[in-house]
Amino acid sequence: MAEIIQEEKGKKGGKKRAKKFSTHIDMTPMVDLMCLLITFFMLTTAFSKSKVMVITMPEKDQKDQPKDQPKIPAWRTLNILLTDNDAVYYYIGQADPRKPPLPTLTKTDFSKNGIRKVLLDKNRDLFTQIVTFRDKRRSGKLVVADTTADQEIKKMKKDDTKGPIVLIKADDKAKYKDIVDIIDEMAICNIASYAIVDIQPAELEMLKTAPK
Amino acid sequence: MPKIKPPARSPRVDMTPMVDLFSVLLIFLLLTASFRPQEAAIISSPYSVSEKQAPDHDIMTIIIDKSGKVFFNIDNGRDTTTHTRINVLTEMAKQYQVNFTKKELQDFGNLASFGMPMANMKKWLDVPETKDKEKFQVGIPTDSVDGRASELAMWIRFSRLANVNTEVAIKGDGETNYKVVKKVMDMLQANRVNKFNLVTNLEKQEVTLKDLPK
Repeated sequence: MAEIIQEEKGKKGGKKRAKKFSTHIDMTPMVDLMCLLITFFMLTTAFSKSKVMVITMPEKDQKDQPKDQPKIPAWRTLNILLTDNDAVYYYIGQADPRKPPLPTLTKTDFSKNGIRKVLLDKNRDLFTQIVTFRDKRRSGKLVVADTTADQEIKKMKKDDTKGPIVLIKADDKAKYKDIVDIIDEMAICNIASYAIVDIQPAELEMLKTAPK
Repeated sequence: MPKIKPPARSPRVDMTPMVDLFSVLLIFLLLTASFRPQEAAIISSPYSVSEKQAPDHDIMTIIIDKSGKVFFNIDNGRDTTTHTRINVLTEMAKQYQVNFTKKELQDFGNLASFGMPMANMKKWLDVPETKDKEKFQVGIPTDSVDGRASELAMWIRFSRLANVNTEVAIKGDGETNYKVVKKVMDMLQANRVNKFNLVTNLEKQEVTLKDLPK
């Protein structure tokens, strides 16, 4: 009530004039609301789509087909064995129980100086070739389309005769992450040929006696 | 001399341009939004350097969680009028002698990943609440029973038949045992799938010539 009286006083009985309304509307609540909505949509939108790593497995041989496996020189074969606790073992050549002694396993890990060093060392030529090619493209010395570059790199990989042929074998204790990591290393080191194959009984034996 | 007073200014800021901007942003987000579908399990994918994007359409996803439970998802295809999901479920229903009503089939067409034995599928579809649905997600059986192919193998086969262009994505948790993944991969290979898309998170790693060991 007091307020009303006060207002009456303020007018001092002057001429009555229509009160001027400002044409401005206060937008602040609207902005608040919009902010909220935008935040909500930003958070719920699947903005970054997940990435995929493509791997092509060798076709399983059917029983009625004769086994015709390509001959791989033993010195090029790099066997990587994966087992529990993210351990990585590797050996070069072939483990044939009929032809003892079995090769010894070397233990390494997924760190920068672990398996990557081994792979890079083995794949020196091809790696240098591909990285120089990519650097040339990046620095602008060489201008080719993406698809052409991909084909070029594919051809380099195909023509490579010195790099390792990596056979990835994991036992039942290995984690899925290990497999993804090792395939990732193949991509990082530009290994031309690699495959995931089943682990052999002889290799399981070797893992048992391998250094911990 | 009296000081010159600057004209009194209202402290108000004109919000109109801001509102305009926000409206544009909001409309953009609304139009581009594709809502994250409810996943059957929480998966933390491993990291890789791969920058290839997962395909939007024609993809069947096999989700393997930490404990080795397997879930399955297939999209409706590029042309959603083909109703791939409904076709697959109809085939599965024939195989396992389960009758679904039209509404159940329709519901299945709109849902995402699932993982339960066929026997529980009907119950899962009939429960209206999303929260109640969760407890049915126990994983698809991967073992063959009485010499018959496992349910997962059947899902894969019918999905391949329903949409020949389907690619396969495997979304596994990093801590999953490789044994389970291998089993799934073998099953896929038995169905003539030799190309897998392993779902990963991007993590850049740069290796240069300097990293070559001496």
